[in-house]
Amino acid sequence: MGRFHRHDDGTVHAHDAGHEQEHAGDRAHAAGDHSGYATGGERVEVLERIFAENDKTAAANRAEFAAAGVRVVNLMSSPGAGKTTLLGETLARLAGQVRVGIIEGDIETSLDADRLAGFGAEVALINTGNGFGGECHLDAPMVRSALPRLPLGDLDLVLIENVGNLVCPAEFDVGEDARAMVYAITEGEEKPLKYPVMFRSCRLVVVNKVDLLPYLGFDMDGFLGNLRKVNPVAEVMLVSARTGEGVDAWCDWLRAVAVSPRPGGLPSRGAWPA
Amino acid sequence: MHELSICGSIADIVTRRAAGRAVKVINVRVGQLRQVVPDTLVYCWELVSADTPLAGSRISIEAVPARIRCRSCDQVTDVGAIPVFACGGCGGFDAEVVSGEEFLITSLELAGEVASS
Repeated sequence: MGRFHRHDDGTVHAHDAGHEQEHAGDRAHAAGDHSGYATGGERVEVLERIFAENDKTAAANRAEFAAAGVRVVNLMSSPGAGKTTLLGETLARLAGQVRVGIIEGDIETSLDADRLAGFGAEVALINTGNGFGGECHLDAPMVRSALPRLPLGDLDLVLIENVGNLVCPAEFDVGEDARAMVYAITEGEEKPLKYPVMFRSCRLVVVNKVDLLPYLGFDMDGFLGNLRKVNPVAEVMLVSARTGEGVDAWCDWLRAVAVSPRPGGLPSRGAWPA
Repeated sequence: MHELSICGSIADIVTRRAAGRAVKVINVRVGQLRQVVPDTLVYCWELVSADTPLAGSRISIEAVPARIRCRSCDQVTDVGAIPVFACGGCGGFDAEVVSGEEFLITSLELAGEVASS
């Protein structure tokens, strides 16, 4: 049987199957008076956000980036969308103009960091392996652990290459100024609808591998329509990291981020840099 | 996928708030936009809480659907299972999320006896 109790508004009900629907949107629930109606032990109100600890560390990261005058972009994608290839092309173009640091999330290896090491940027690797097969995302404490290995005061821009995954990285604020996605046309048109949280959280979606457009039958208009359904304001760039098409526009965006005033507020949504 | 690390955060909060008392149920409110798979969270909690003073407690999930409010016509619309963040009234995209991003521990139900360990 359920556990009956009474709310301030007089409703009495059981905590059991069906409870979820009853409480959908019930803002008063948290303040309900449960005293005297619990059939077992005591009930303790908690009302603590589960990401509070992560977000506290993210705020500390953000403050440290601000103090150093460095801008930070959290770069996310599926595995194999082309983040590392794009970053290599990016570092080659920005060399001597923008001082870039990379925070590289990788479950087990240093393969990506090794690929980027030749481009003259400072690279701090975070291996997320932890005995459970590795984390599927970077969180704020992981990024914090990498900060002592980057000379923040000597940098203009930090690019965080998150773990390849369209779900988990979207949930964790790491202290970035902006989020960007690399999306490969090989992933199909429907992914914005399947992973709306990721697509909604980004200011910019870099649509990569457009050199393959003649071979794939990819419906670009369909993809952009799906993207607009979940994120009407994201900027979109068509890029091929392999041929270099569109990479200059992406680099211009990064240059603008590196010199623009900090956006303030949450790292997600809306056009930025201005 | 990230439920395992989330359970670590839950364990920290519950341990602090329970202050040594035995916990039977942890009530968690999860918005539809939080990408938490309820069954996975429940299963991961068994893994994370095993061999700790919280072993035997279970997570009870209250799901909150995603809704948006249109900034033009003020209508509130369910985002739906296939998510579309457009107003159901005027079709506009300038809308704010009014529910569905919650992710918090609302309460603990205690066993009514002091934990032995």
